[in-house]
Amino acid sequence: MNPLPEVDDLLSRMGKDLLALVAQRNAGQHVALIGIHTGGAWLAERLHPMLGLTSPPGALNIHFHRDDFNRIGMHPHVQPSHLPFEVDGSLIILVDDVLYSGRTVRAALNEIFDYGRPAAVRLAVLVDRCGRELPIAADVVGARLELNPTDQVKLLGPSPLELSIKREYT
Amino acid sequence: MTRQLDADGRLRHFLTTEGLPRNLLLLILDTAESFAGVIGKSVKKVPLLRGRTVINLFFEASTRTRITFELAAKRLSADVLNVNVATTTVKGESLLDMLRNLEAMQADMFVVRHSESGTAEYVARHVGEAVSVLNAGDGRHAHPTQAMLDAFTIRRHKGDFEPLVIAIVGDVMHSRVARSQIHALNGLGAGEVRVIAPRTLLPRNIESLGVRVFHDMRLGLKDADVVIMLRLQRERMQGALLPSEPEYFRLYGLTEDNLAVAKPDAIVMHPGPINRGVEIDSRVADGARSVILEQVTNGIAVRMAVMSMALGARREIPRAPT
Repeated sequence: MNPLPEVDDLLSRMGKDLLALVAQRNAGQHVALIGIHTGGAWLAERLHPMLGLTSPPGALNIHFHRDDFNRIGMHPHVQPSHLPFEVDGSLIILVDDVLYSGRTVRAALNEIFDYGRPAAVRLAVLVDRCGRELPIAADVVGARLELNPTDQVKLLGPSPLELSIKREYT
Repeated sequence: MTRQLDADGRLRHFLTTEGLPRNLLLLILDTAESFAGVIGKSVKKVPLLRGRTVINLFFEASTRTRITFELAAKRLSADVLNVNVATTTVKGESLLDMLRNLEAMQADMFVVRHSESGTAEYVARHVGEAVSVLNAGDGRHAHPTQAMLDAFTIRRHKGDFEPLVIAIVGDVMHSRVARSQIHALNGLGAGEVRVIAPRTLLPRNIESLGVRVFHDMRLGLKDADVVIMLRLQRERMQGALLPSEPEYFRLYGLTEDNLAVAKPDAIVMHPGPINRGVEIDSRVADGARSVILEQVTNGIAVRMAVMSMALGARREIPRAPT
């Protein structure tokens, strides 16, 4: 197993790819960055200065749209979503740390649409690991990792940002 | 006494604020805080209780409380039924029969309001494993969601409870709200909870709940951070507890004049409905320090919190065959 990539390296690559993506927008279209609480929000804070956007980054809490509420109930201390810009008509770049089953992104899309109707939503993730359970794909990816289903990969932060893997040996 | 908490210490029913651990009281406030954000969205609704059925079982007239419970359930995407039972006493078998019927319709939660103390507790004792009961006011006993929305409003304005002096003024005798407030505020560690009332409107041994008693309005209001006015509950009064309403207002009505002895940044609260000119002067009720309408708004978030806490992670419980 190779050592885990440095988050800073991944971020600068993602920043370049995102700039190319933003360049394709329609003339005059508002672009906004939204990070999924908490890891995605840390990454959005770091990516934001690389993109020269006019509005500050938003933070999204997907808790109210999770599909496992019936099994695990309420999470305590949920930070409310904070989207300090108009969602209607904007090109939204959604940022998360790890893309796995795709369920978090599904919940995030629902939450975003509660604020308005974006022109488009693009997805940027630090780590893409296999194991999708929904038809969801990222537009910008920092690293693709081949992991065992029992491995847990996590972003530690906010400063410094660092990837960690927890392995369960059986 | 029916246990409000399940084996894991999570809220199963919400019947009273008495005896609830501080971390659970804080959890209710924190959860409500996250729901308050939902009000800022263009779609003021979350799908947490989609497919669940909440039944408002109101045996006693109420507008504000029923509407905010209904709105809370709807913002959580539950289906809501309002059952207004006109008769004031439905006891014994007839109440149980009604419960069985409503349970057979796969109700997940009963919100119960009744003029007799102990009704919500009684309902909670008789519902199936999968059903939760919330007390929306029972007689003189308890009104726990009102107390929590008051605590929520206080925390939003004042932060920590520890340094606060909170004065509850008026008809404590007939007030389930006051009892629930005293338990909640003491449970949250409030610095000093005072009650201000004539002797005839105070229950005996009220001090045992952990309050300081005042019979003089100005002495009791001195340096208070929060002033909570209670409604004079004329409909519950029997006999001559009061000389007259003008006399009551002169001694215990809140005016700009006696509010001046409280802290300059004191907030004024009232659970509603207000008797203007009886317990509170209109200039205070509508004044800059009044947070009375905020209390109503906060009631929705607090009721959403309690409903979602009681119904989360409960679908796994199998229903008894009906």
